[in-house]
Amino acid sequence: MTEATEAQDLTAFDIDGKEPIIKYRNVSKSFGDNEVLKGIDFDLYPGERVAIIGPSGSGKTTLARLLMTLETPSEGTIEVDGRHLWHKEVNGKLVPADEKHLHKIRGDIGMVFQHFNLFPHMSILRNCIEAPIKVLGLSKKEAVERAKKMLDKVGMLEKADDYPASLSGGQQQRVAIARALVMRPKVMLFDEPTSALDPETVGEVLNVIKDIAKQGDMSMMLITHEMSFARDVADRVCFFDEGRIQEQGPPSKLFAHPETERLRDFLKSFHMNGNGE
Amino acid sequence: MAWDWNFTLNEVVPELLNVIHVTIMATLGAFALAVVLGLVLALGCRSNKKWISWPTRGVVEFIRLTPPLVQLFFIFFVFPHLFGLTLKPMVAGILGLGIHYSTYLSEVYRAGIESVPKGQWEAAIALNFSPLQKWKSVILPQAIRPIIPVMGNYLIVLFKETPLLAAIGLMELLGQAKSIGSVTFRYLEPITMVGIIFLILSYTASLLVKRLEWKLDLNGK
Repeated sequence: MTEATEAQDLTAFDIDGKEPIIKYRNVSKSFGDNEVLKGIDFDLYPGERVAIIGPSGSGKTTLARLLMTLETPSEGTIEVDGRHLWHKEVNGKLVPADEKHLHKIRGDIGMVFQHFNLFPHMSILRNCIEAPIKVLGLSKKEAVERAKKMLDKVGMLEKADDYPASLSGGQQQRVAIARALVMRPKVMLFDEPTSALDPETVGEVLNVIKDIAKQGDMSMMLITHEMSFARDVADRVCFFDEGRIQEQGPPSKLFAHPETERLRDFLKSFHMNGNGE
Repeated sequence: MAWDWNFTLNEVVPELLNVIHVTIMATLGAFALAVVLGLVLALGCRSNKKWISWPTRGVVEFIRLTPPLVQLFFIFFVFPHLFGLTLKPMVAGILGLGIHYSTYLSEVYRAGIESVPKGQWEAAIALNFSPLQKWKSVILPQAIRPIIPVMGNYLIVLFKETPLLAAIGLMELLGQAKSIGSVTFRYLEPITMVGIIFLILSYTASLLVKRLEWKLDLNGK
């Protein structure tokens, strides 16, 4: 089997000769003596949506944080659209990247955090236009136009002049999603976007993410504990445990016929086995 | 020695009020310098370049742990010999007190910066702000807000330290009182009135700071 068809077997997404936009190669990350990622190889294709599941402490959040440059890998390389993220080539050799290099590459990546991390001293609209103006260099008019469109998309336009503190968790997360989208990243990372929410607001956020997944041609990495959401949205599901990808495949296959004992046990804890629910 | 109201109201108070602007100018000048330099020092101490952070920390500790009066004397009396730089008492005073208080304010800034949650720094990185934009748009506005009342209190403390400047010949309130005393041989009224003027101004300022604190608290919620 060629490498391409092998990759195609793992995802419901049509790879169709595309090159991965994200390539992790032999990536490890340790915090002190604690090795949370152990030599990960992982590809993400343009437009592909991958759900990352696994018990807490399995390394799945670290995987995303390395790509967002919030953590430095201990070993290995990550490529974004054919360019090294954490290294740059000087005379044919890879040397650690500086802030200038990181700045250039990470514009392709956007992230939504578990705790939203909206800027509390800015209005909702300001939250969404500050980076487009300062970082992308848009005019205020352009930025406002873009931001309003996105806020409308997540159903938060009428709160544009409010401040984050006056919003519910679910509303704040929808704004955080809009804020990330306004930057038009090629890859969006969602780090447990509903884990910090009250149960009654989880649905509204998941629906917003589903809508974006359906419309966009953006690649998405969804770290989540919402299994049915993963099944509905993802082209591929990766199961992480103990710093490694233990098993991956299209959701229909992975949830219905888990191959490893670990995944079976994990899914049982969500009351998911056999036919998926 | 009995209190002489006539002397107090007709000579002492007018002469003291005549120089009150000197005290206020020295206070505001030194504070403005401390606010700017304090931020520079706070950022220098945090730098991840050791050749910046270590010397900065050393300078901050050195200045903080030596008496301001010694520093004032150094600037006023030693600079002329060392650098051929003769400064007017007002300039030397603003420099001396400003630099001294900048080390206190750098600690205040540090506390404010550390109070900004980690998630805010991470969101700034995720939105690809450059380091400068991150500080300007995200970190400093959030770091400075909670420390404004503390800064206000340092302004009052600094104001109360300005009589030190009499020692380098600045005719501020205390210097003026001393000179009234040396001419009239009455010290009771001038020195007492200096105390009372400081009390009135400090108390008013502290009420303003309290009000500001209350307002910030209200807006923060």
